[in-house]
Amino acid sequence: MRLLSLIAAEDPTQTHHWLLPETAEIIYGGLAFLIVATGLWKFALPEMKKALAARSAKIGDQLQNAADTRAAAEAEASSIRQAIGDIAGERSRLLAEAESQAAAILTEGRDRIAAEVADLEAKAEADIAASRSRSSDELRAEIAQLATVAANSAVTASLTPGIHQDLIEGFINGVGATR
Amino acid sequence: MSDARIEAYAQAIVDISEAEGTLAVVENELFRVARAFESSDQLRATLTDETIPAVRRQAVVEALLGSASNTTTQLVGMVIGSGRGRDLPAIIDKVVKRAASSQGKEVAEVRSAVELNADQQARLAAALERATGKQVNLKVVVDPSVLGGVVATVGDMVIDGSVRSRLDQVKSRL
Repeated sequence: MRLLSLIAAEDPTQTHHWLLPETAEIIYGGLAFLIVATGLWKFALPEMKKALAARSAKIGDQLQNAADTRAAAEAEASSIRQAIGDIAGERSRLLAEAESQAAAILTEGRDRIAAEVADLEAKAEADIAASRSRSSDELRAEIAQLATVAANSAVTASLTPGIHQDLIEGFINGVGATR
Repeated sequence: MSDARIEAYAQAIVDISEAEGTLAVVENELFRVARAFESSDQLRATLTDETIPAVRRQAVVEALLGSASNTTTQLVGMVIGSGRGRDLPAIIDKVVKRAASSQGKEVAEVRSAVELNADQQARLAAALERATGKQVNLKVVVDPSVLGGVVATVGDMVIDGSVRSRLDQVKSRL
């Protein structure tokens, strides 16, 4: 009550110095400051430290995640680049293989055609030779047939009774001479 | 016909001919009958036709062999009548061989384009005997296919002096 009466009795516009407060105010203010500072130091500071640490950890995690993501992206990019390189290599390999097969097929086809042509030529030559021989044989047989017919006619026409007798006598003499 | 049956018929004919004392004549006539039978398709067809009654076929034989001896006619008629006409040449060949062998001779079948006279036959028989060293019973067959010359067959030996064989040689050489 005394304090209140003092405050009420005091004139706020009347101080002992225009800059410095009253001694009591300094003491009260200092004490209040100490109480507030001690409370802050004791209660708020650990929470602040904890929150700061959590934030630091969170930021560290985010940085780590970002680094991991980046590493994964780089790995993926490397894989893609490798895949692209593999596709190009496979394409080159397939092209080379196709060219090789095409060359082999072409060579084989040429060889086969050459062999078939050689066979056909040989067969044609053999056919020509056989045909020539057959024609020759047929001609020879025909000539022989005609010659035989002519010889038959000539001999038959020339076989007079006298010649028959001569042939018989010649046979008898010939057989008689053999022993 | 089996060989045994041909042999039996041949032996029967030889026995009958010997009993009649006409073997030489009969075998000679039979030989001519066999060659005529072989050379004439019509005669062969008639005498082997089973649809013609045996009596009629025997009548044909008697008509054809009118000038032959009675024994020859009867024996050929017997063979034809018994349906053995197809084997007539084989039976007759056996008869001729048996007749020749009964005289110690071998049959010499001679084919010529023209008939050989008696002198030629005698000289040819003598020549064949000298050539083969065997007594021969000469059988001459007139065969126009020979063309000229003579073909003589004595057993397995064939002496071919025919114009036909010479023409065949020329043909094969050509």
